[in-house]
Amino acid sequence: MIEISGVNKWFATKDGTVTALENIDLEVGKGDFVSVVGPSGCGKSTLMMCVAGLMPPSAGRIAIDNRPVAGPVTDVGIVFQDALLLDWRNVLDNVLFQIEMRDLSKADYIDRARALLKQVGLSGFENKHPWELSGGMRQRVALCRALVHDPPLLLMDEPFGALDTLTRDQMNIDLLHLCEGSNKTVLFITHSISEAIFLSDRVIVMSQRPGRVVEDIRISFDQERKLDVRSTPRFGEYEKRIYDTFRNLGVLSG
Amino acid sequence: MAEKAYTPRKRFGDRATDWLYPALTFFGAIVLWQLVVVATDIHAIVLPAPTTVVARMYSAFSVLAENTMPTVIAIVVGFLGALAVGLPLAILIAASSTFEKSCYPLLLGSQGVPKVALAPILIVWFGFGFLPKVLIAALIAFFPIVIDTVAGLRSIDPGYIYLTRSMGASTAKIYWRLLLPNALPHMFAGFKVAMALAIVGAIVGEMVGANNGLGYIVVVANGNLDMALVFAALVWLVAISLLLTGLVELIERISLPWSRKSRNQFMDHLRA
Repeated sequence: MIEISGVNKWFATKDGTVTALENIDLEVGKGDFVSVVGPSGCGKSTLMMCVAGLMPPSAGRIAIDNRPVAGPVTDVGIVFQDALLLDWRNVLDNVLFQIEMRDLSKADYIDRARALLKQVGLSGFENKHPWELSGGMRQRVALCRALVHDPPLLLMDEPFGALDTLTRDQMNIDLLHLCEGSNKTVLFITHSISEAIFLSDRVIVMSQRPGRVVEDIRISFDQERKLDVRSTPRFGEYEKRIYDTFRNLGVLSG
Repeated sequence: MAEKAYTPRKRFGDRATDWLYPALTFFGAIVLWQLVVVATDIHAIVLPAPTTVVARMYSAFSVLAENTMPTVIAIVVGFLGALAVGLPLAILIAASSTFEKSCYPLLLGSQGVPKVALAPILIVWFGFGFLPKVLIAALIAFFPIVIDTVAGLRSIDPGYIYLTRSMGASTAKIYWRLLLPNALPHMFAGFKVAMALAIVGAIVGEMVGANNGLGYIVVVANGNLDMALVFAALVWLVAISLLLTGLVELIERISLPWSRKSRNQFMDHLRA
């Protein structure tokens, strides 16, 4: 689905050129949930921006479904760390903003929008405005907006990074439910190791700047993914492996 | 769901003290003024007492009323003219960097020209009457409209642009559905300043060269040493300007309920 080959990204700054991404090669298969973890400033968000076609790579190529990315990718749903809701629209109209901007018929999607809001526990809040919602609720609305047009690809840039742990756990469960059986491809950027393991089929570990791919770990559990999975020995092994990687990179010490 | 929806605090104007305190201050000042005039026996040509002003306003009611419409029309037409020119200009400045580079510095520099001092020139060009005062009103109201609209259009978090681009939205759609609504709170701040300036502009225009309007009344009354009428006309003007700026405020409240509420959410934390 996503093919990234030889991608480099450098930025010209006052103090010279900064390399954000170095020789990234990565393939994400259709229907895979792939997380990218790395220390802050490692270029993982830059990688997502390149995949979304919102930032051109300095070298290398990216293709989605065999089509090279040359401009903003539109067959996609994106969630950023900030919910980016529109204050002048209520919750339902914020979700339907996606539909309006795509010139689709609102009438065809209103039921789906309501159903999604219900799935994330926001039924009854359709007519509230963003300023009346908590941070977690806002991010749920943003998630529904990213899914309302049923995109094959979901790009998420630290979507739950600003939320407290409990809200974050709930959002993780909600996200798994929303993606279940939909065969969506998800590229999920995070700095939380346990979140990455809990959600993903594959975890990509990136080094600190210049960002390189240093590990590519397949994740699978024998049981259903519920919060309990995090206390299994398997989960602990995955965690240890990623922490060891960061220790070897010098990101962590001790 | 354990999370609670935020309930905004009462708006300004909902509490009795919001009105009572300024009213008490106002009447206190009036009483003080009356007392000073009575106590010092100052001549009405210098400073008429509030009671004298009210009496003159009553006796000159028809003159004041007759000259209200020309002034109000000049203010409103000047303000709307400034909007009609200022809004497209601001959008062009925000949308095109070439246009911005060629026009914006000149526009900022032109603010060094004291526009009120252009009044005599405009009168030479357009004669005594309606047009020069409208032009002066429009000229000085125009600047805050442009500046605040440009600032508002630029006050968008870049994340929104990325988001709408990924939705495949056209630039025109991004302007209409995202940038303009997002800019409206900024724009209204500019509109309020612009309305206040349009009032000044129209009055100056009338004082320099007009044959009707409240500014003209002020000049004529001054010439006749009728200080009570000068004050009466000023009070009248204050009422008009409160009404007009209040009208802009009212339109803002009705059309952008979100701006006040989302802003108050933060302001509540700063206030006692």
